[in-house]
Parts: sequence; structure tokens; C-alpha cells
Amino acid sequence: MKALRYLALSVAAVLFLVPFYLVVRNGLVSESEISATSWTFLPSSVRWENFAELFSDPAVPLVRSMVNSLVVAVLQTAGQLLLCSMAGYGLARIPYRYSNVVFYLVVATLMVPAAVTFVPTFVVVSTLGWVSDLRGLVIPGLFSGFTAFLFRQYFLNFPRELEEAARIDGLGHWGTFWRVVVPNSRGFFAALGVIAFVTSWNQFLWPLVIAQDQDSWTVQVALSTFLTAQSINVHELFLAAAVSVTPLVIVFVAMQRYLVRGVTESGIKG
Amino acid sequence: MRHGRAFWLFVGPFAAGLLVFVYVPIGWSMLLSFFDARNTVTPAEFVGLRNYADMLTDGPFLSSLGTFSVFAAFIVPLTFVLALALALLVSQISFMQAFFRSVFFLPTACSYVVASLVWKLSIFNGLRSGLANTVLGWFGADPVAWTVSTSPPWYWLVLVTLRLWLQLGFYMILFIAGLQRIPAVLYEAAALDGARSRQAFRFVTLPQLRTTSVAVLLLLLIGAYQAFDEFYNVLGTDRGYPPFARPPLIYLYYTALGSGGQDFGHGSAGAVILTLLIVGVTLLQGRAVRR
Repeated sequence: MKALRYLALSVAAVLFLVPFYLVVRNGLVSESEISATSWTFLPSSVRWENFAELFSDPAVPLVRSMVNSLVVAVLQTAGQLLLCSMAGYGLARIPYRYSNVVFYLVVATLMVPAAVTFVPTFVVVSTLGWVSDLRGLVIPGLFSGFTAFLFRQYFLNFPRELEEAARIDGLGHWGTFWRVVVPNSRGFFAALGVIAFVTSWNQFLWPLVIAQDQDSWTVQVALSTFLTAQSINVHELFLAAAVSVTPLVIVFVAMQRYLVRGVTESGIKG
Repeated sequence: MRHGRAFWLFVGPFAAGLLVFVYVPIGWSMLLSFFDARNTVTPAEFVGLRNYADMLTDGPFLSSLGTFSVFAAFIVPLTFVLALALALLVSQISFMQAFFRSVFFLPTACSYVVASLVWKLSIFNGLRSGLANTVLGWFGADPVAWTVSTSPPWYWLVLVTLRLWLQLGFYMILFIAGLQRIPAVLYEAAALDGARSRQAFRFVTLPQLRTTSVAVLLLLLIGAYQAFDEFYNVLGTDRGYPPFARPPLIYLYYTALGSGGQDFGHGSAGAVILTLLIVGVTLLQGRAVRR
């Protein structure tokens, strides 16, 4: 029985890893080997010079688009954590007459996934003149009702004694939040931050809609353009894909504990 | 009053953004949906409910909802069952548990674009030397043109396996968390009553996973409803998108932003209909859970 479990898990693990292997394999072989008449699992030779070829190809804006993706992901992660944690804390802890009204307006947006309203959002963002602009890529994604909601739920369970101690030391809401609540919530911030970063790096529909000039492409838009047009060498495309996944694989290995926590927090409570 | 100022200091920036980037767009599109608005985002000519009538009588929009239903009918039960199976397997072992969990979770690091690249140009590339066709060849079957074949519609196999690979690990993690919350005493009590492992699964594990299961089903359904990335990248080409397998967001994308002219009146009407549908489903689900 135990052996059978390990057998099933091992077969599944191989199936799950094959696509990763294919990205790397196809990225490091010659073009003729990709379209060869018969499939070979191991390539006949590994061509490391493909890296030099990829990064010197002027037709492929890989570095530029990776930088764009990184800037967008970092700004969106930081901005979302800042805005949503503050909002969540205000909703959880500051008594105010219209607090409930604001809370319902936030909760109502949870029913409408951002992707479904991409046409309306595009209409507004293009009126602001933010098409093919960093602002258009970053700012609409900052106001996640879901993240604010998760922060509110978390702060509701934050130990009140810590906040009262800060209050006795003469700190107001602002000082209590920044000096006591945030430093004691690092794990939760890390968990939601990793999720925000991964989501931002991998998002596709919104950048496709808004980043219309090549200079503003994120790496997903760049890869997709070459994939659907099949306009560059296939091995170059695979190598670019491998390069684009590498930062996230590093994040996954280094931050897995927080990532798992973030997935459970956001998956179940949502 | 003092509290009011503190409240807006914390909540104000977020609330303002929510207003501008969520509420104003939805309001604006409700307005636009009653107007003719081609290649412009300002209302041009009032047409009443005509955009809505067009969308609801127009074949492509309705068939996009049909495409979603077919996709959901495959992907929702398959992901649910396989993610639960992986979670049970992983939580029943001790040696190398963390390794297997990480391997199944790792595809979450991949974007749909990268997965589409592997599925379209490597595994299911339709060449005799493609991986899927090579495997078929071992059994003496003829090669299949996976992504361009409409009868039988093999592209569903490509799209469903792609999403399965990408999202199984995510839902496995949710199920593992759910399994860990089941008190061990329940299993001990079941064992004392003479329950076999199959009965323990049927009468302890499944009922205890109810909350997790409902959450997973809803997330899967909403995810399928928003399917766009893999459809666009696997089936789309620079000559456009094939006339089949268009889920709602693909259809809206080509209506509102396609190369054939930007039609924001119809696009907005479509977005409003899709929003109402998903709000309806969420409210129904909320009512079902409360009961």
C-alpha cells in the first residue's frame, strides 16, 4: 500500500516536472533539433551559446520587458500592501459612523473579478491617457478589495493588549499601526506580498490590453507576441521563457513557507 | 470627529482608488452600454437597450457562454478530484512529503503564457515528433493535429491538461490545509467504532472538508469563467483567433479591442451581462452556504 502511494506520487511528480524540463531542453538545442523528425528526450548537444544569441538579438526586447515586469511587480506589491493594510486596519480598528457603509462597498467589489471588467477599466484608464504607460499598468491593480478584506480579518484578530500598551505609551492610531501592529505582522505581510508579486509577474490580460507600444510590454506580453506570431526562432522563444520563469522559481524556493500560508489564507477565507 | 479624521487617513487613499478604478468604470460602462460607441469611449448616440438585445440574440456571445460551460464541465470536476487525491496522498506519507508537495505546487510559478508555449509548440505541436504524438506512436496511433483539429475537438485536451497542470498544486495546498484542520480524535473515534479507512474517508474526511470543498468549487468556477490567457495563446495567431472555442473574455476582447474596430457599446453591454451573471452566482452560493 505504502509502495503504491510512492509509485503514484513519483509518476505524478515526473509528469509535473516534464514541462519545466521541456522549456530548458528546447531553449538549449539548435533550431533543427526542435523540428527533427523523431523525438529524443535528451538533446544530442547542449548549446550554451543560445544565451548570447538571445540577448544580442535586437528583435527580442527581452531585457526591456523583464525590467518592465520587475518594476510593475515591485510597485504593485508594495503599493497594494501599503494601501490595503492601512484600509484593513482602519476598517477593523477605528470606530466611525460610516465605517460599515465603506466596508460594504469594499465587500461588494469581491463579487466582481477584475478580469471581467477589463473593458470598463480600459475605458477609464484610456481617458486618463495612461495607455502604454507605467501608471496604466500599475495603478488600477493596486486597489484590491480582496486584499483589504483579508487585512481587515487579520487585524480583527490582532492581540488588543499590544495596541493598548502602545496607546498608554501615548501613540495615536497612526503611531500604533506603524510602530506596533506592522512590525508584529511581518509574516502576514510576507504571505500576501509573495502572492501579490507572483500574481503581478504572471498577469497577462491587463498588460495585453494596456501595454500597446513595444517599449511598455511586460515579459508575458513579449513572449505572447512572439508565440502567437511565431516570428522568432522557437529555441530562442523557449530560452526567453526559461529566463522569464527563473525569478519566480527563486521566489518559490526562498519564500515557500509564506507562499503556502498566503494561498491558504486567501483561498479559504475568500 | 477625531475618529472620522483618523478613519479617512487610513481608509481614504484606498477608498478613493476603489471609487476611481472600480466603481467609476462599472458606472461608465453601464452608461456606455446604452449608447453607440465605436472607436470612442464617450457616449455617441443613444440606442437604448439595443446593445443588450444584440448581445443576447447574437450567436457568438451566447456561444461564448456555451464554451465556458463545456470548459467548466471538464476542468472543475477534474481539478477537484485530482487535487483532493494529491492532497490525500501527500498527507499520508512522511518520507519526502515536502519534496512532493513542492513539486506539485511549483507550476504555480509558471505563467499561462509560458505553459501555453510548452503545450502549443512542444507537447502538442502536431508534428510527428511532438511529445504527445510520439507517445501515440508507441501505441500505433496516427499523429493528431491537436490545436487545429475541430472534429473531434482535440484542442479541449490541450487546454484542459494545461490548466490542470498549472492549478492542481494550488488547490492541493487548500485541501491539505483543510485536512490538517480535521481533529485527530474524529478518526480515533471512527476507528473505535470499527470504521475501515474507506468508511473513515466517507464519514469523517468528506463531511469535515465541506467548507474547503465549497470554497474550492467556487474558486474553480470563477477561474474558468475568467479563462483567457491559455485560449488566447494556444489558439490565437497573428492572423486572428479561430471562430470556435471562444470563452466570454476572449469574445469581449475581440469585440472591444480587436483589430476589426473598437466597439465599446457592445463591449460594455457584454461586460455588464457577465458581471451580473457572476454576482448572481456568488449570491446564490452565499445563500446555499448559509443554509
